Amino acid sequence: MTLVFIVLRSLRQHLLSTVVTALSIALAGGLLLSVWVVKTQSQETFTQVNTGFDAVLGARGSKLQLVLNAIFHLEASPGNVAEADYEFIKAHPLVKRAIPIAVGDNLRGFRIVGTLPELFTEVDYAPGKRFTLAAGRLWQGEAKEAVLGGFAAHELGLKVGDTFHPFHGLSYDPKNEHAETYVVTGVLAPSNTPADKVVWIPLHGLQTMSGHDARAATDVSAVLIQLRAPTAGFMLDMMYNKQGNRLTFAYPIGAIMAELFSKIGWFDQVLALVAYLVALVAAAGVLVSIYNSMSARQRDIAILRALGARRRMIFGVILLEASTIGALGMVAAFAIYAGIASAVAAVIQAQTGVMLSVFTYNPVMLWAPLGMIALCSLGGLLPACKAYRTDVAANLAPVS
Amino acid sequence: MSLLAVSSLKKSFVSPEGGRKTIVDVPEFSLSAGQQLALRGESGSGKTTFLHLIAGILAADSGSIRIGDQDMAALGERGRDRLRAQNIGYIFQTFNLLQGYSCLENVLLGMAFGPGVNRPRATALLERVGLSKRLRHYPRQLSTGQQQRVAVARALANHPQLVLADEPTGNLDHKHGREALALIRETCRENGAALLLVSHDPAVLAEFEHVRDFAELNRACQEVSS
Repeated sequence: MTLVFIVLRSLRQHLLSTVVTALSIALAGGLLLSVWVVKTQSQETFTQVNTGFDAVLGARGSKLQLVLNAIFHLEASPGNVAEADYEFIKAHPLVKRAIPIAVGDNLRGFRIVGTLPELFTEVDYAPGKRFTLAAGRLWQGEAKEAVLGGFAAHELGLKVGDTFHPFHGLSYDPKNEHAETYVVTGVLAPSNTPADKVVWIPLHGLQTMSGHDARAATDVSAVLIQLRAPTAGFMLDMMYNKQGNRLTFAYPIGAIMAELFSKIGWFDQVLALVAYLVALVAAAGVLVSIYNSMSARQRDIAILRALGARRRMIFGVILLEASTIGALGMVAAFAIYAGIASAVAAVIQAQTGVMLSVFTYNPVMLWAPLGMIALCSLGGLLPACKAYRTDVAANLAPVS
Repeated sequence: MSLLAVSSLKKSFVSPEGGRKTIVDVPEFSLSAGQQLALRGESGSGKTTFLHLIAGILAADSGSIRIGDQDMAALGERGRDRLRAQNIGYIFQTFNLLQGYSCLENVLLGMAFGPGVNRPRATALLERVGLSKRLRHYPRQLSTGQQQRVAVARALANHPQLVLADEPTGNLDHKHGREALALIRETCRENGAALLLVSHDPAVLAEFEHVRDFAELNRACQEVSS
């Protein structure tokens, strides 16, 4: 109890250096937590997002590009899939369901995707979860009607009954406005999937949009596929990717996304290294802060020793003080983490429609504070040794 | 029976020239329980070192320092810390109060390393030295006289058998010095503690019935002067 009392008094006595040092630890800890959680959450989330499909069939090219284009609505389409190819895979006995998508237009930067209503009525985008409408209804037949993802509707400021003109291309250019007028008939409830940032219209509508190549009016950009069994994926992979040379079969989606993260793994490592270095510098700050105040503290230490405090206790006081600064810093680090992680999550959601769960438990939330406190204790070792060796008699002498 | 019995006590330090210099060489010294004794000594005579040796702040090179039935000189550092915390109160010339702690906390901390914290006694001691309205004040908020009174209360906090006072009035003016001295003597008497005070101030020494010249006790001083 006395130990804690002395430590608290000492922290108060050196309040400015305590606050500044704790803040530097908070920044380091907040950065470390953010980098780690965003990294692991992104990997976990993006390798799990498949919007309910096992594979994607598209033009010959990169599997990753195909998945990013068809599932995450990020990349450009590598090319078209002919209607016959779509019909073939749709009818394949190993395929449970095949839903085509067509891309190539946007609405003020939000991607317009043509598809079939079955995507919303028959597919679970996650186990037990199906797209629902927050307002309105799905489009009917081949009418010029659109259903907006929740995020897209919010950002575009559109609601049921509003009308819009699509723009040609995946990037917004006001000069490329199509003549067609679409009516918003529904808005999807948020699903935290890439579908939230898409403007959905009937497949036929996108295929036959004015200005599009009439010869490709029956082509699709990709086909989203549900398989009857996991082994079917390997058979189709063999058929399209190894034996064929016209189309690409991207399977399994999670593994392809994991490949992306392994490709950019060096970037994570650089970020983590920066965070570790910042943590080390913060711990060194604890050392410097306490060590520099040792001259001023030696008289107090001598007085405590004269009152009967043992050397070990003085050693413990300095170590506990360093650890407490670390602990205080890490408490504040969680507040900084909350700010950084929320901002990063908002940016990721805006770009991909995927919302990271940055506030769910991650092991780093346990080991980072413990590690930082241990590091700060380590930083307190040198001043603690100095305190341990304080010459009591010399420091009790009157100061002239 | 003596409360404090010192025999053949020696302490030397390494001098700047490199050799060892004996500072304290006291063949015999004793103090009875409850006795109040003043030691006269000039600056640099080794009297503070002598008090530090009795308090166990410094380890003796040889000899014995019996306090009650324990020999301070024979104990290791840990044992000396414990014996000092439980049996000895120390009043310093510069008070040596902890600046980050209130008056009450300074006294309570004095207790923490001894028998244990006793808040009512700490409060009563501060009331006794006239600081009942200054319990929450910090040393910097007190006059030097008031700071010395806090030091007196802290020295008596653990019911010590022996109080050591090193030039306790050295930082006070004449009037406050007399008051502080009277307070130290009275409170030691009230608490049944023996008092060993060192000073070079004739006015302080004149207040004591028993005064000894430290130069006569300490052979090291005699060697220097001869």
